[in-house]
Amino acid sequence: MNIHVPPKERLVVIGNGMAGMRAVEELLKRTPDRYEITVFGAEPHVNYDRILLSSVLAGEKEIDEIVINSRSWYEENGIRLFTGDPIISISGAAHTVTSKNGRVEPYDRLLVATGSRPIVPPIPGLNLQGVCTFRDIADIEQMIDASTRHAKAIVIGGGLLGLEAANGLLRRGMNVAVVHLMDTLMERQLDHQAGKLLQRELDERGINFFMNGQTEEIFGATQVEGVRLADGREVPGNLVVMAIGIRPNTDLARAADLEINRGIVVHDDMRSSDPDIFAVGECAEHRGMTYGLVAPLYEMAKVCADHLAGDAHKSSYTGSVLATKLKVTGVDLFSAGNFSGGEDCGEMTYHDTTGQVYKKLVMREGRVEGVVLYGDVTDSGWYLELLRNKEDVAAFKDAILFGQAIVAAMGKIKPVGVEDLPDNYQICGCNGVSKGTIVQTILDKGLSTLAEVRAHSKASASCGSCTGLVEGLLAATLGDAFCKAKEPGMCRCTEHTHDEVRRQIIEQELKTIPRVMSALSWSTPDGCHSCRPALNFYLLCAWPGEYVDDAQSRFINERAHANIQKDGTFSVIPRMWGGTTSAKELRAIADVVDKHTIPTVKITGGQRIDMLGVRKDQLPAVWRELNEAGLVSGHAYGKALRTVKTCVGSEWCRFGTQDSTAMGIALEKMTWGSWHPHKVKLAVSGCPRNCAEATIKDFGVVAIESGWELHVGGNGGIKVRATDLLCKVATEAEVLEYCAAFLQLYREEARYLERTAPWIERVGLDYVKGRIVRDAAGRKLLQDRFLYSQQFFQQDPWEERARGETQPAEFRALATVDS
Amino acid sequence: MSGSDCLGGWRDVGLIDDIPKLGARVVATARGNVAVFRTADDEIFALDDRCPHKGGPLSQGIVHGTYVTCPLHNWVINLPTGEAVAPDQGCTRKVPVQIRDRRVFLNPAFTTILPAGSVGWARKRRGAAR
Ligand code: SRM
Ligand SMILES: Cc1cc2nc3c(=O)[nH]c(=O)nc-3n(C[C@H](O)[C@H](O)[C@H](O)COP(=O)(O)OP(=O)(O)OC[C@H]3O[C@@H](n4cnc5c(N)ncnc54)[C@H](O)[C@@H]3O)c2cc1C
Ligand code: SF4
Ligand code: FES
Repeated sequence: MNIHVPPKERLVVIGNGMAGMRAVEELLKRTPDRYEITVFGAEPHVNYDRILLSSVLAGEKEIDEIVINSRSWYEENGIRLFTGDPIISISGAAHTVTSKNGRVEPYDRLLVATGSRPIVPPIPGLNLQGVCTFRDIADIEQMIDASTRHAKAIVIGGGLLGLEAANGLLRRGMNVAVVHLMDTLMERQLDHQAGKLLQRELDERGINFFMNGQTEEIFGATQVEGVRLADGREVPGNLVVMAIGIRPNTDLARAADLEINRGIVVHDDMRSSDPDIFAVGECAEHRGMTYGLVAPLYEMAKVCADHLAGDAHKSSYTGSVLATKLKVTGVDLFSAGNFSGGEDCGEMTYHDTTGQVYKKLVMREGRVEGVVLYGDVTDSGWYLELLRNKEDVAAFKDAILFGQAIVAAMGKIKPVGVEDLPDNYQICGCNGVSKGTIVQTILDKGLSTLAEVRAHSKASASCGSCTGLVEGLLAATLGDAFCKAKEPGMCRCTEHTHDEVRRQIIEQELKTIPRVMSALSWSTPDGCHSCRPALNFYLLCAWPGEYVDDAQSRFINERAHANIQKDGTFSVIPRMWGGTTSAKELRAIADVVDKHTIPTVKITGGQRIDMLGVRKDQLPAVWRELNEAGLVSGHAYGKALRTVKTCVGSEWCRFGTQDSTAMGIALEKMTWGSWHPHKVKLAVSGCPRNCAEATIKDFGVVAIESGWELHVGGNGGIKVRATDLLCKVATEAEVLEYCAAFLQLYREEARYLERTAPWIERVGLDYVKGRIVRDAAGRKLLQDRFLYSQQFFQQDPWEERARGETQPAEFRALATVDS
Repeated sequence: MSGSDCLGGWRDVGLIDDIPKLGARVVATARGNVAVFRTADDEIFALDDRCPHKGGPLSQGIVHGTYVTCPLHNWVINLPTGEAVAPDQGCTRKVPVQIRDRRVFLNPAFTTILPAGSVGWARKRRGAAR
């Protein structure tokens, strides 16, 4: 018998971008087999998350982490993909499209998703080298490349995109200027007040603003050298990024005689003026609106998929309420709806000038009409919900600015944990995923991690601002199972987490590594190179004076008290208190270098001297001779207190307000020898010019007229993090007290190999303030425990070994044989 | 200890107890350093003191079970075979060892043929820095 299989209908998609591919995904969910799908993309890449280009530029993500669908996804779903081959014409009459490479493809339905193009003003100099836009992978590759070769960048446009570009280039070490036409940044999303707060924050981070600046010309010989503004100002730079706006990409559709206004005009069912041609995304215009954010595009994609699938229930698109967030790490900003007010609108604002928080709600007839939040965006989801549902808020209007938690506490609305949110509450604004959908997906697919939820429901997979809520839902849905899934065991030898192991060490009074391993059922006989050093630290921190250090559980640098080099030799860095030294010390160093023919002597980045290329067997003698001049170990090799950098301060400097050098020495004398979860660096600057770079240290002190500012959680390494201000204190004794308490809290609670920066990001600055600033009695106890522990650890490890008392065998060969 | 005690290429290099448990000592030979490891159960292994990756001194690594982790970039080497644990690939020359009356004898002149493909290559790995 012959079974007649009807040929599949052919769907051709123009544009392999976010809206087009979302529509295809939605279509496959509804009817996987109805169409034979062909996709043409102008870019040479698979479909990726354009939003996250900002994160790639800022160095927070790699290109391969932002791919949404890999080639195998296209293959598995039987989709033919032509990348790097744009469509150059559509023939509505013939139902065909033609590509640049000459491919003519017939269709039954056509989906146009060509996105938009950056607007480039007609000014001289556009084709100089170093001018680019900020739209696709090719653009950011150009920007990243420029950042390695040039020092100065200019971003034209102070909107969302321009600021994300500026931030990214700044993070890549460039000096960045932003030229903006208006006198308020992001004026389409922010009111004047919030715009100014944002400008101040970014200004402090080092971006230079040229406001009210109309760019008239880009100048340079072959490479850009700068831009000139209409009022005569000149801004120098070798990279110019144009980010003044976008325009729907409608050329193709226009040539095919579709109805075009600003964008391709579509009806509520996403059909253009030709019923077989659909359009979604930024290229589409619906009820007079075009959009430039993903949330509305995803709503369009759903409606489009319904109609392509021929679903009877005929959904329709009715427009979207927009909400915006700036993806600049550390800047919290949110805006939605009509934030500029107007006739019969009222405004409520809250401005905490010290804490840098600003909130404004625009109200109309007892309902929220628009929101701007700066500095504290905890309640953005709630306000957006009130706005979208046009809820009557008259009953709690007086307290509304304090946020959902307070309003709930006053009994005006039902209490709110994620559990209490209604099922249709929209958790992920970008992808339009509701609470109900997330919970159902977790249960149906048996998910237990954030990554899985992202993969299966798309919630939190785009801008990431709802991650906390999604994690909350995982926790609420799975209970304990989530905790386990979220935090893996210390290493492959145990399922226990770092925190759990530390708790058990104290509770069960475990005092040796073998005891810990047997009490907590380690799966390996003697652990591995990651858990043993961690346990050694946890034990010495929990039982100072009692625990006997296990040299074999220390990484070689800590075992040999010197840094191993790539050729197996070692480096020796003596302590130089607060970066100070003397003729006597320098002479001793010079003598040691001569006597042992040490090949390299170098000034370190930590204000001390490094002798490199010392053989292991030479170490004890080198140390002995250094000891004789009073030099002790600098612990440059340890998860320990490293350097305390200082500047000259009031002793010499004409700006110095306090004696920063003496303060630094006092801090180093108190803290040297202490072991930590990771290395710890301190610095003291004599005035806010901050020449000792105290604001990228684990504990940084900056002198001011009235005393000292204490800063914590800075990091200058792989991922730079500026410190948070802990508090200000008046006296040297207080600096010492707070420092000891802070370090002890870090020693007792951080996980091994977690520096203060990620630790503070994890537990929150407020928690640290609670323990160190607000709890005076607790602070004293922490300080006491630190000083108690220091009694045992402030012994020069070099001296003991130079005298041959400790680990004598460590530094000698077992034997020498001649064959 | 000078290792002069010689029987048929075997050299007495010292007592087991001269090597720390879960640790190693070095024996200097004409053809380079040999690392002699001692496990928690007093098993003794000897390998050339050169990591197959970039020549790191394995004697300086952390010993766990019958493995040592190289101090330079954390490759894990299997002591009985000298081979790197996957995903890393490479092999370090083994040196024959015998124990008599808690004394350790090495035969450093004894050459084993290296298996094919014994040159180390690195997988891209994250967070190996110390
Ligand atoms: C010697 C020195 C470079 C120099 O010649 O100036 C140095 C050398 C090393 N650094 Fe560093 N760092 C040195 C200052 C710094 C600084 C600058 C500073 O301290 O002011 C930083 C950035 C500041 C910071 O830590 O926040 C720095 C950030 C790092 C990092 C990244 C840490 C991070 O949190 O991202 C590593 C890798 C690690 O620790 O995992 C590292 C690791 C290393 C190691 C230990 C790599 C290793 O495992 O062998 C290098 C040891 C070389 C050696 O044997 O001597 N080094 N290192 C500096 C010693 C300072 C001192 O007097 O003790
Ligand atoms: C750096 C950056 C950051 C952003 N951040 C956010 C954010 O935080 N939140 C947010 O909501 N939105 C953000 N956006 C906006 C968001 O990325 C866009 O709204 C979204 O990508 C638009 O989707 P689209 O499919 O309409 O267009 P696109 O994703 O641009 O896809 C269109 C595709 O069609 C291709 N194309 C064009 N013409 C043709 C042709 N003739 N033939 C074949 N292919 C063609 C294009 O090359 C492109 O790949 C950001 C955008 C950028 C650039
Ligand atoms: S930056 Fe630090 S870790 Fe990197 S090579 Fe220099 S000293 Fe070594
Ligand atoms: S040299 Fe041993 S791991 Fe690189």
